[in-house]
Amino acid sequence: MEPLFNYFILSLALLSVGIYGLIAKRNAIRLLFAVEIIINAAIINFVAFARYSETPIVTGQTFSIFAIALAATEAAVGLAIIVQAFRLNKDIDVLELKKLRG
Amino acid sequence: MPDLVFLTIALFTLITAILSLESRELVYGAVALALSFLGVAAIFILLDALYLAMFQILVYIGSISVLIIFVIMLVRREKWSTIKSGNERILGIVTALSFFLVIGYVSYNSGLLSIVTPNPSIPDFYDIGIQMINDYWLILEVTGLVLAASVIGALTMAKIEREN
Repeated sequence: MEPLFNYFILSLALLSVGIYGLIAKRNAIRLLFAVEIIINAAIINFVAFARYSETPIVTGQTFSIFAIALAATEAAVGLAIIVQAFRLNKDIDVLELKKLRG
Repeated sequence: MPDLVFLTIALFTLITAILSLESRELVYGAVALALSFLGVAAIFILLDALYLAMFQILVYIGSISVLIIFVIMLVRREKWSTIKSGNERILGIVTALSFFLVIGYVSYNSGLLSIVTPNPSIPDFYDIGIQMINDYWLILEVTGLVLAASVIGALTMAKIEREN
């Protein structure tokens, strides 16, 4: 089996990719991609650390199932917001959506 | 030295994740994102979390990716492939790389490297069900409520209001 550190580094790399996407991209759908990648990185960490713990625990997998379900709801609401923003503004470039600016 | 199977799956997951953000066409990005989710499911299988891998494939590849592809079809415009992001891209690369290096350096010097062997007992879906019902039943109920509320909210938000 692998040492725990490799899984940790993979999760860290995925998190970095997600952070890069959140900073660099202007398309709202790509921002949603980045958020999904970050959630996946977090879930890998949960499962790996639960698998390598001293006492046998299953809480990592249970919590991950809840996290995946909540990520699905987040994607549904986010995509509905994107569709509505496109219908109102004909654009989903997040730098162009200025209607809520004070 | 990492195992060859792990290395292949990890590289596949990372490359498809980067491709999903960097591909010129948004639809290809969505397909690459689905492949990246598949790689994460393979990582779960390596970690002996078979039920979670099945759940990941069902929810992410089965529903979220399909939902994203449908929304891309609804809102597609040619203009996006020509948007140039100069300063933001450099800022993003620098931030992500420095984040990766700093956290990686700190964790390399911590006691994380000494954890090598996984727990010999493998939890199966039976244990997950027992724990979910006995310990976390309230969270299960609230998650169901949140699911229902989000579906209703998404439907309400996406509804076309006609005035006559």
